[in-house]
Amino acid sequence: MAPIVSIDRLTKTYGNGFEALKGIDLDIEEGEILALLGPNGAGKTTLISIICGLVNPGSGKVMVAGHDVVKDFRATRALIGLVPQELTTDMFETVWNTVSFSRGVHGKKPDPALIESILKDLSLWEKKDNTLRELSGGMKRRVLIAKALAHEPKILFLDEPTAGVDVNLRREMWQVVERLRENGVTIILTTHYIEEAEEIADRVGVINGGRLLLVEEKRALMQKLGRKQLRLELSEPLTALPDSLALYNLTLADDGTALVHEYQGEEGQGSIASLLATLAAEDIHFRDLSTRQSSLEDIFVALVGEKA
Amino acid sequence: MNFEAIKSIYTFEMARMQRTLLQSVISPVITTSLYFIVFGTAIGSRIQTIEGVSYGSFITPGLIMLTLLTQCIGNGSIGIYFPKFTGTIYEILSAPVAMTEILVGYVGAAATKGLIIGLIILATASFFVEISIAHPVMMVVFLVLTAVTFSLFGFIIGIWAKNFEQLNIVPMLVVPPLTFLGGSFYSIDMLPPFWQAVSHFNPVLYLVSGFRWSFYEIADVNPLISLGMIGLFLAICLSVLGWIFKTGYRLRS
Ligand SMILES: Nc1ncnc2c1ncn2[C@@H]1O[C@H](COP(=O)(O)OP(=O)(O)O)[C@@H](O)[C@H]1O
Ligand SMILES: [Mg+2]
Repeated sequence: MAPIVSIDRLTKTYGNGFEALKGIDLDIEEGEILALLGPNGAGKTTLISIICGLVNPGSGKVMVAGHDVVKDFRATRALIGLVPQELTTDMFETVWNTVSFSRGVHGKKPDPALIESILKDLSLWEKKDNTLRELSGGMKRRVLIAKALAHEPKILFLDEPTAGVDVNLRREMWQVVERLRENGVTIILTTHYIEEAEEIADRVGVINGGRLLLVEEKRALMQKLGRKQLRLELSEPLTALPDSLALYNLTLADDGTALVHEYQGEEGQGSIASLLATLAAEDIHFRDLSTRQSSLEDIFVALVGEKA
Repeated sequence: MNFEAIKSIYTFEMARMQRTLLQSVISPVITTSLYFIVFGTAIGSRIQTIEGVSYGSFITPGLIMLTLLTQCIGNGSIGIYFPKFTGTIYEILSAPVAMTEILVGYVGAAATKGLIIGLIILATASFFVEISIAHPVMMVVFLVLTAVTFSLFGFIIGIWAKNFEQLNIVPMLVVPPLTFLGGSFYSIDMLPPFWQAVSHFNPVLYLVSGFRWSFYEIADVNPLISLGMIGLFLAICLSVLGWIFKTGYRLRS
């Protein structure tokens, strides 16, 4: 299937000469949840803004559902919903009016029943007649999500959706995201919280300094780059490693009471079995065994630290 | 054309203005009444008529223009400036609407409100003085063209302005002097020749003169020239906007 968003050698230099994007290539598949992970200033918002039409692209091309975002902006923007990073709201408007406005400005006929169900899903129904200035920050964030969904987009961009958001709203937000995904909506979110990407994304893109360092399936990424550790608690402490174990990447820990085996995700598959067999042959017994996998955060630090 | 979007922006703007309707109607009505009381009675008792028209009746078209210009520039500029200021403009810029559609929505609403207030001033004036309208169609043409042109002008200011000070400087500092020196309260025949010549560089002179002609058939300049000047100003505003939309000036970086 053709990607729903296709970005080809996209660059952006702002008016002040700052090069915010330095050649981004990225295909986003229909129906997936993609997390763009990167520190502040990496260029995440710039990238999203170009796809959504808020910022003019420099060179390169962005296609959404086969349409060019500049030449064919009506077709592309009709498909896209955007929840911006900043909490920007019309202070004097009511929740109902501002969400209905969003639908209208996207060229769709009024649909009160739909707006009602969106507001209910986001626990905003009781507040529908309140003006936005009467709402808390978390409530405003919900309103921004409701506005982005009012025209039933096929692609939803969430720019740092959980910045300054409490646990409840976070959970509700992921429920909404999950429901949207079940309905086939493609979701792209940016974050600099690794747990967030780890929690819900199918694929993770790491962006830093205007470059996309990698895009991988989350599981593949963890496997490929995630260092794993096998730890064996020995029944009897060892003073030195037997020669037969020299082949394995092993260290003795805690005064010889534990044996630690470090391996990369993929190579581990063969080595562990033979390690255990060798240990049995050497008559080394263990009482317990545990494994630890490095998180996306470790991966991220390693990547950004290396290439930044 | 995204008519649904134009309708949304227009009704949204009209609703916003409705919330402030009372103050935006009351203040010009009070000001106009004061003009009639002070100018009409105090000065009018000395200047009985200008070119056969009583002084109070003579100044009415100018007063309507003064209010119309101020309202249209003010509403046209705040309409686009406010979302820029709060950041909510992201929504319009990321919607499937062309800049011209955005323009029609905002300018249409600003011009509508200006026209409503202009007509209220006209009604107020008729309580104080005798009004006759010789060319009602031309009066409406002048009114609508002026409202649209100056709402467009306001829209440009709203896009250009980076803060509230810049936003207010034109309606507050430029419009009143131009209106006062544009023959709203006198016929420029009453000025010395030098100032008469200077007055011809004032665009407001043409508006007031043409508009007054549609009431009483008296004019400082030929009404067709007035019409041409409004058309010229309209064309200038449209070309500036054309450039703004093409370059994304202060809207899209
Ligand atoms: N309008 C602008 N003009 C100049 N520089 C900008 C502008 N917007 C963003 N930048 C710069 O571009 C870089 C990327 O910004 P942004 O895309 O917002 O990053 P992120 O969303 O990943 O934090 C930052 O260094 C930022 O300062
Ligand atoms: Mg950002």
